[in-house]
Amino acid sequence: MHIAVCVKQVPDSAQIRVHPVTNTIMRQGVPAIVNPFDLFALEEALRIKDRTGARVTVISMGPPQAEDALRKCISLGADEAILVTDKAFSGADTLATSYVLAAALRTLHEKLPLDLVFTGKQTIDGDTAQVGPGIAIRLGYQLLTYVSRIAKIDVQNRRIVVERRAEGGVQVLESRLPAVITMLEGSNTIRFADMPGMFTAARHETQHWNREAIGITDLTQVGLKGSPTVVAQVFAPKPKAVKALRIEGETPAAMAEAFVEKLFTDYPQLEEALLEHLDQLAAQEQQS
Amino acid sequence: MSELPAKPVKKPKRVLPERFVPYKGVWVFIEHEHGHVHPVSWELLGKGRELADKLGVELAGVLIGAPGPKIAALAKETFAYGADLCYLMQDAVLHDYRNQAYTAAITTLVNTYQPEILLLGATTQGRDLAGSVATTLLTGLTADCTGLEIDLADRSMLSSRPTFGGSLMCTIVNLATRPQMATVRPRVMPLPVKDPKRSGQTFRLVEHALDLAEESIVTKVIDFIPDSRADKPQLAFADYIVAGGRGMGKPENFDLLFSLAKTLGAEVGASRPAVHAGWADAERQVGQSGKTVRPKFYLAAGVSGAIQHRVGMEGADVIAAINVDANAAIFDFSNYALIGNALELLPALQTAFAARLAQTRARATRSTSQEDESN
Repeated sequence: MHIAVCVKQVPDSAQIRVHPVTNTIMRQGVPAIVNPFDLFALEEALRIKDRTGARVTVISMGPPQAEDALRKCISLGADEAILVTDKAFSGADTLATSYVLAAALRTLHEKLPLDLVFTGKQTIDGDTAQVGPGIAIRLGYQLLTYVSRIAKIDVQNRRIVVERRAEGGVQVLESRLPAVITMLEGSNTIRFADMPGMFTAARHETQHWNREAIGITDLTQVGLKGSPTVVAQVFAPKPKAVKALRIEGETPAAMAEAFVEKLFTDYPQLEEALLEHLDQLAAQEQQS
Repeated sequence: MSELPAKPVKKPKRVLPERFVPYKGVWVFIEHEHGHVHPVSWELLGKGRELADKLGVELAGVLIGAPGPKIAALAKETFAYGADLCYLMQDAVLHDYRNQAYTAAITTLVNTYQPEILLLGATTQGRDLAGSVATTLLTGLTADCTGLEIDLADRSMLSSRPTFGGSLMCTIVNLATRPQMATVRPRVMPLPVKDPKRSGQTFRLVEHALDLAEESIVTKVIDFIPDSRADKPQLAFADYIVAGGRGMGKPENFDLLFSLAKTLGAEVGASRPAVHAGWADAERQVGQSGKTVRPKFYLAAGVSGAIQHRVGMEGADVIAAINVDANAAIFDFSNYALIGNALELLPALQTAFAARLAQTRARATRSTSQEDESN
């Protein structure tokens, strides 16, 4: 069994700051990490490896420094790491990204046939959740998104049963391999790298694949050229037209009283609605 | 997936290219499961109406599912929420949501009737479907938009969304392909008023058949386990929310919020840093990576007001904020500023609200009893 896990190196968005005066992004010193959602996908693949001895290949499209993210995956237990990197790929939107990753996965499949492709639910920088579905469509694989549990894999008969988070409940789906699975966060507990894993990762040689290596000749499909969507503008949102009214008060109690008085004077309908809401809650409580 | 080139691309002034001319109309995918339409679809019809009017084109609902009276009734409802027509595709293979069948259905409709804009809710179903449809059609898709506008110069849709982890906003355009696709999260757009008898309007239903046999659909739904709703916080649809951020200091201090919430019958929300610190459940997170809310009243305590939080709650009718820092960003989009220590102000607010509400109640009771006497 051969499993590919697609990962992305992202800036740790929790640590991005905007300059208070110039309103520009301060990127200096923001650490790069493996997209946290992708780690749930990797963990799920590694659990299948633990059970069945499957081979796990991690794959990423990105600049040369994204190799660090792949190395981290090796330290956790992945067998092989491939960095798909080429200047022509930069500036890609999700459509151009899925084109490149699908081409790389096809190349990988020719070397050792693939049974499953995992991705995270979405990334923390783009937040789009579009690349997983894009890869599935381009490869003609079955698409299983927001998977919370893999109930069964039958490699001989090419069957897989998963639980998928849907609106208002969980769908239990039976499907066929090969499939693309986007893994829901929190669906497993991610392991820590052990010492042997870290040594393996330090010695590991990541393969670099450029556009020739994955058979891409049509440069209108990749990078900025292959991206129908472009960023027209980046901006900081405007403050509300009306400035917030500052509530005065010598003590917290005085300030609180002044606020409640002012709030319900300005919005009498809010007080009415609130009282009605509380009555309803009280009535509900009595019933139950 | 980094849809952000290093430098923003300056959009040149241009007119609508010839090859885009056949694409006309604004479409909204009407998401429904088990006979209920997801409210985000009605919200999108409200926004879609604006876009269609600006462009001078028709607004269409796109409804697909198993044949029956239920779906026919839903088609009528799209009219009440502002659609001029509804594309309806009924087939037994569309009974449950399945990516392959629904992607085939939507792409067939798009290729046949050629809309210029296609909007979907950013739900688990909408995102699953939008990504597949856009890749099949090889067109651009912008996820989780918080604003949609039209540039009449070239009839392009300007889609705004937070970027850089929610620290800034960006506007994304698709000048290369049609239709222009976008997903919008629930509660981002206001729910339009339902009007079953729109005056002077006639409604058209366009039925189209799907050519897809069950045997050719690989994935089968073998079970559906509905969520038990009992214990989960219903933040997205709460009318009153009190939320805490990093300024709450430590997890125990969230008790102050729960206590005030009890007095107001409110739900408790939290900012991303508070959730990341483990002070509140992920279910309670308000913001771009959490829930979008539109309550009647939103109180933010110790929340700095980062953009990623703002886009999740600025649709609230009235916003009050507590922060020790008079320059906190949260005051840029609040109605009321309480500058002070949240840990002192929250209990004081609870007392003040309780006293005021009791007083109003007593006055109401008194005046009713006076009326009774005078009768």
